[in-house]
Amino acid sequence: MYVWDFASLWSYRWLFLSGTGITVGLTIAIVVLGLLAGLVAGLAQLSRFSALRWISWAYIEAFRCTPLLVQLLWFYYALPILTGIEMTAWTAAVLTLSLYGGSFYAEIIRGGIVSIDKGQSEAGLALGMTPRRVMRRIVLPQAIKRMIPPLMNQSIIQFKNTSLVSVLAVPDLLYQGQVAAMDTYRPLEVYSLIAVIYFVVLVPLTAIVKRSEKYLARSD
Amino acid sequence: MNAPESTTEPKIEISGLRKQFGSNIVLRDVNCTVEAGGVIALIGPSGSGKSTLLRCMNLLVIPEGGRIRIGKDSFVFDGKARLPSAREQARFRSGTGMVFQHFNLFPHMTVLGNVMEGPVSVRNMAKAEAEAIARKLLGKVGLSDKVDAFPNQLSGGQKQRVAIARALAMEPEVMLFDEATSALDPELVGEVLAVMRDLAAEGMTMVIVTHEMGFAREVADRVLFMRDGVIVEEGPAREVIDNPKEEATRTFLSHFHNRQDGPSA
Repeated sequence: MYVWDFASLWSYRWLFLSGTGITVGLTIAIVVLGLLAGLVAGLAQLSRFSALRWISWAYIEAFRCTPLLVQLLWFYYALPILTGIEMTAWTAAVLTLSLYGGSFYAEIIRGGIVSIDKGQSEAGLALGMTPRRVMRRIVLPQAIKRMIPPLMNQSIIQFKNTSLVSVLAVPDLLYQGQVAAMDTYRPLEVYSLIAVIYFVVLVPLTAIVKRSEKYLARSD
Repeated sequence: MNAPESTTEPKIEISGLRKQFGSNIVLRDVNCTVEAGGVIALIGPSGSGKSTLLRCMNLLVIPEGGRIRIGKDSFVFDGKARLPSAREQARFRSGTGMVFQHFNLFPHMTVLGNVMEGPVSVRNMAKAEAEAIARKLLGKVGLSDKVDAFPNQLSGGQKQRVAIARALAMEPEVMLFDEATSALDPELVGEVLAVMRDLAAEGMTMVIVTHEMGFAREVADRVLFMRDGVIVEEGPAREVIDNPKEEATRTFLSHFHNRQDGPSA
């Protein structure tokens, strides 16, 4: 029978804390940047110009249909060789995760916009609004309400995806945990603790998503 | 405005209008005029092109050919000339008000917000001024007590009256009604028709796509009967509805004359 010894991890508490801080900070950065990428790509999907539609389609599918881990390694190791652009592990991590998240956000944003009844745009146009203003004043405010729950879900997935950056030696929670595990020879305790930390951060967030879904559905 | 022709020039002039969706020709060479202050009812079976004609009048549908003039604004479509830009289209549309079959109120705004949206968003009017206009118009359509309600709290008839107020807030030269009462429960039709009747009496130029023959006969000056993308018969409302000359008009109207002595077809 295995004897658990979590006490031996106490001296690594600052390591775990800094790892958690990096994981949370990284998530905030990639959610914000990913939403920007997703908004641009999602709107481009609805553009009149076929070139824009085609480019955004290629971007979305390239990132949706390849594994994130492969993308991370590719951006960090392959891209510098192909283009000569060197990037730090941090840059590669933020860039890849943002673009990866953006491809999923884009589909949520596009779907939210097209779900708004065509009569809404027509009513705005009939008042004399330009299409741009119709989008901003009439369609987006209604569409965003529908997008919020799936966007929050996707962001929760993004939080967990950040654990993959440890392969690039970005000192996130998992990476710091690996350091502690090697030091203490207590991998069972370390990985259990890491799982618990992810869980503790995300459970309240999922509760907020549930509540927001209910709240938003009520006002429909 | 002292030019003699300005008093006789029609408010709306449409000539040679053509529209097709794919291989389906919806309008073939439609010509019509509406005098200032005139009320025109567009009638005809579904698929006859009457809604498309109405939607061409504010460019929600862009025709393939022909000319549309409303007031001083006109556009020519010949398949070669550059289509009017989004901004030109928007400016043109701001001169007409449209009321839709399914209301299309903005669900994320209050009743007051719906009516203020045009003046604030398109005319850049100060909020206080727009609110005063909106409150006045909502009073006019009998909904002063609903200003703070959201659209989903209203009945169909109330929604459509808000939609009329919303269109009027832009002070349009022309009002277009696209089957404004077709989606309403029968007992709610009357309150919307009453508002439209008042508007007509005030001298608003109106084009009405409708299946309410009694209303068309009473309120419209002229009736246009359309079938298969052409205007088959046109004339004073009572004449066309009571004594249609064309066989097609007679057949169509016979569906509405069940309880009267319809013209023998």
